[in-house]
Formats: sequence, C-alpha cells, structure tokens
Amino acid sequence: MTAASPTTSAPLTRQRSALYAGNTGAVIHRGLLATRSTNYLVVLSGFFEPVFYLLSLGIGFGALVGTVQTSTGQEVPYAAFIAPALLAVSAMNGAVYDSTWNVFFKLNYSKLYQGMLTTSLGPLDVALGEILLALLRGAMYAVGFMVVMQLFGLNLAWTALLALPAVLLIAFGFASLGMAITSYMKTFQQIEWVTFIMLPMFLFSATFYPITVYPEPIQWLIQALPLWHGVELVRGLTTGALSGMMLVHVGYYLVMIAIGIVFTTNRLRALFLK
Amino acid sequence: MPQPVITARNLTKKYGDFTAVDGIDFEVAPGESFGLLGPNGAGKSTTMRMVGAVSTRTAGDLEILGLDPNDHGPDIRSQLGVVPQQDNLDQELRVRDNLLVYGRYFGLPRSVIAERADALLEFAQLADRTKAKVDDLSGGMKRRLTIARALINEPRILLLDEPTTGLDPQARHILWDRLFRLKEQGTTLVLTTHYMDEAEQLCDRLVVVDKGRIMAEGSPAALIREYSSREVLEVRFGSDKNAEAAEKLKGIGERLEVLPDRILVYSANGEAELERITHLGLEPITSLVRRSSLEDVFLRLTGRSLIE
Repeated sequence: MTAASPTTSAPLTRQRSALYAGNTGAVIHRGLLATRSTNYLVVLSGFFEPVFYLLSLGIGFGALVGTVQTSTGQEVPYAAFIAPALLAVSAMNGAVYDSTWNVFFKLNYSKLYQGMLTTSLGPLDVALGEILLALLRGAMYAVGFMVVMQLFGLNLAWTALLALPAVLLIAFGFASLGMAITSYMKTFQQIEWVTFIMLPMFLFSATFYPITVYPEPIQWLIQALPLWHGVELVRGLTTGALSGMMLVHVGYYLVMIAIGIVFTTNRLRALFLK
Repeated sequence: MPQPVITARNLTKKYGDFTAVDGIDFEVAPGESFGLLGPNGAGKSTTMRMVGAVSTRTAGDLEILGLDPNDHGPDIRSQLGVVPQQDNLDQELRVRDNLLVYGRYFGLPRSVIAERADALLEFAQLADRTKAKVDDLSGGMKRRLTIARALINEPRILLLDEPTTGLDPQARHILWDRLFRLKEQGTTLVLTTHYMDEAEQLCDRLVVVDKGRIMAEGSPAALIREYSSREVLEVRFGSDKNAEAAEKLKGIGERLEVLPDRILVYSANGEAELERITHLGLEPITSLVRRSSLEDVFLRLTGRSLIE
C-alpha cells in the first residue's frame, strides 16, 4: 500500500455505482409532493372508466347474458366474469396514464429527469422511482375497483385477496414497459399510438367474453399480449379457480418488469449522461 | 499553486462529424472565478456539461476534484452545483419544496436540508416567497432560486451556464451581487457568458473560446492590455459613407476596425485621435470615446463580435 495520492482530495469511502445511488426514495418523495398540485378530477376519471363498464355491461347487459363459462370450466354470472378483467384493466390504465403522458411531459418539457441526473442520483434511481409512482396510481385504481367488486358481491372466493398482489404486479409491468416505451418517444402524436393500441387490447383480451370465440391464430395473438395474462390471472383468483397457468402469467409480468426497467435505465443514461 | 479543482487537457467532444469542443486545455484553482467567454455555438455549454459529469468526452483528459468523470460521475456530481442555461426548476413544487426535494436527491438528511434551505432562501432574497409557485416568480427570482438550489449540497464548485441571459438589467445586477458574495466567500465559480460586462465583473480569469478552441487566456484586464488599446474611439459617418471614410482614416490610431455601421479606432488616447480626424476635414455624425472591453478583445481575436 502506498500513501494516497494528494490529488484525491475527496477520499472515497465507497465508490458509488454510476447507475444506482440507492436513493429511489428521494424520487418517490418528490412524486408524492408533486401530486399536491395535480388535478384530482383528471386522476379520478381514469378510475371511473372501468367502473362504468362494470355497471353498464356487467349489471345491465349481464342481465341478458346470464352465466358464462371461464377458461377453467366454471359457470359464473356475467358480471363476475368481466369484473376481474376490468380490475386488471384499471391497474393497467392507472399505470399507463402515469407512465406515458406524465412521463413524456417530465422527459421533454419540464426537464425533470435531466435535472435529477445532474445530482448524485443515477438513472436506475430515477427509472425505479418513476415506475413505482406509476404503479401506485394503478394500485389505487385497482384497490378502489376491488371495493366496488366486493360491494356488488363479485369476489366469489377467498383467493380474491390474492388479486391485490396480482394487480400490483400487473400495474408494475405496465408502468415499467410504459415508461420504457415513452422514453423513446419524441412527439405527443406517438403517445396517441399507445392509446390506439390499448383500446383494442382492452376490448379483445377475453375481457368481455371467453377467448374461445376466436379462431386459434387470433387466440395466439391475444395470448401474446400482456393484458390477457393479467385478465386470466385475476379472474382465476377472484373466481377461486387456481391453476398452474398462473405461474406463466406471473412469469410474463416479471419479464415485462425487467425489460421495462433495463430499457428505461439505459435510455435515461443515453439521453442525459452521454 | 494549490492543486487545481478542474484540469482539462486536450479536451474534445465530437457529435458525429461536428467537433463542438476541439482540444482545449485549462485549469481552475480552488476559490477561483473562472469564465468561458464566447459567442453562441462556441462550445461553452458542451464544455460545462463535460465538467458537470453529464457528458462524456470524446478525447483528452479531464479531472474534476481529482477524479475522472468517466469513472466517478456520481461522486463528482455530488460535489457540484449546477445552474443550467435554461431554468429546470420543478414546476410542480413550491419554492421551498424545490430546495428540500433537490437536497434529498443528494441523499442529505432532512434536518440538514431544512436548515440550509432557509439560509439559502434568505441568501436568494426569496424568504418571503417560500410557499409561492415557481411559475409565479419573475425571471430573476427563478434564476436566484436555481442558484440557491445548486448550493443545497454545499458544492465545492458552482457551474453557471449563461447565468444572466434573458434577464433585465436590474435583475442582472441583483444576480451579479449574489454571485459576487459567493465569490467573496471562497466558492469556486465556473461560468460561461457571452456578455463581456459579466465576464469583467465576475471572472478572475477567463478563456476566450470560438469554434471549440481557446483563442486567449488571462484576467480581463490582462487580456484587454494584451489584445486591445487603453481606449477606443467609435465614429459613425452613416452607413453609405462608412467605407469611404475608413479609407481616409488609415494611419490613425494603433489599429482600425471597420464595422458595417461604425469605425473603431484603437488608441491610448481617443480624444487626440478624434482631433486628428476633424483636422482631416472629416465630420463624424457621432463619436464616442470609451475604455476597451472584452468585446474588443474578441473582435481582435476572431474578427467577429460576440453577440451577432
């Protein structure tokens, strides 16, 4: 050991990682403080959308339909069939609104991330913090929706409790992938594309009827999309039909979360630290 | 000489074929106030971003506080204060919260941040606006808040990119006063500017940059001594007679600079030169004798003026 060179006037007790300062909490704290200035009517509108679908289609239209068979062969009332799907949708909506529109604004207009990355925060701190905030919005929508389901008696089994961690996973997945995609976007028009993709995914992901109505190739396509996995996972839990396929659904979301975090982190680094 | 806090050797940054910073060398000593003076597009902001450890160099060596920004970005950034060219205050947070949240980005304890925030709001003359929305502040106030924010981590170097661009004269003077106080307290300042008066007021030493290269280096006074005369006589003959008059003025003063709208006569004694001109039978529409400034240095070095 030689004596420390005098040029390192700031001795390094531990070298910080260039990616992660372990300070995601600061990003989340900022996000929560900033919600004070948000317009809550806009935030709430996203929550009510699936509730309105449940009321009109589940309760109203459902009176004409009677019961529907789930993918595990169980006969359930129509409202109880679509409610878990709408629960997954509410988690998705909250996470996607936050990780697209809000993130786009912070990225391109308010220069928030640029400012954050001139401090000792790393890109992973920022990515994780913002994703967790988007997840939080999805989770709030979903928890609210679960209360509505309970009031209407649409949680058919005790396993419905497990739908809570499931919707967190779903929101996490959409928040993570949503932020990754948004970080590559340059114009507001490109974000409209996300909305354009989300609508058919919402309508066709075995949300309102069993996937078996489709010819097989279409079924494969639907099964490749993330929402179907969320719908199936949550539906199994609220109707009490557990199956091994649930592990596949969970795995799908874990991969989605990982891909989203890796891409978001790399993109933030490429944008602001190059 | 104490160990420099910034050392740049042959520092280069290229974007594709375009060379934004073309092999510059400079050092900044602790407590010094160092300026990069140059027109828009000279490479000042790019240099600042490399020094701020948010942009990687293409070639050359760079040491900030003894560390290489390629390997120690977060460590360096934790000891810098950054005032970017365009305010990037957090619009969704109130004035004081901007400081509190920013302090947390550095992982500082809440109690420390709260104490510093109050002192900094006092310093930035914003103590009565703690609960205001950022949007409701004037341009000068926003700048002062940005500077206060940059000081929350008690940085060893404060980087200011065009600190007063876009501010009205009164707001600029308030800001200069604040920055001068920081300088008196021993804060190392590194600033870019294309205003020569700003450079003259705030910089102990500066480099004149143009097209990514350093054209000259020294204190404002030394640069003026070296590249200009003590005084400058500005004469106007009207734009159509300007060139014609310039012909006749040859030999007057130490040096002439012919601009589209006026002629600059460099001399130790401007009044005497004006007398010689009137002796020649020429009658300028207006004439003005002033001290040489960094603007003249820049004109001499590049043949162009700073603000185009």
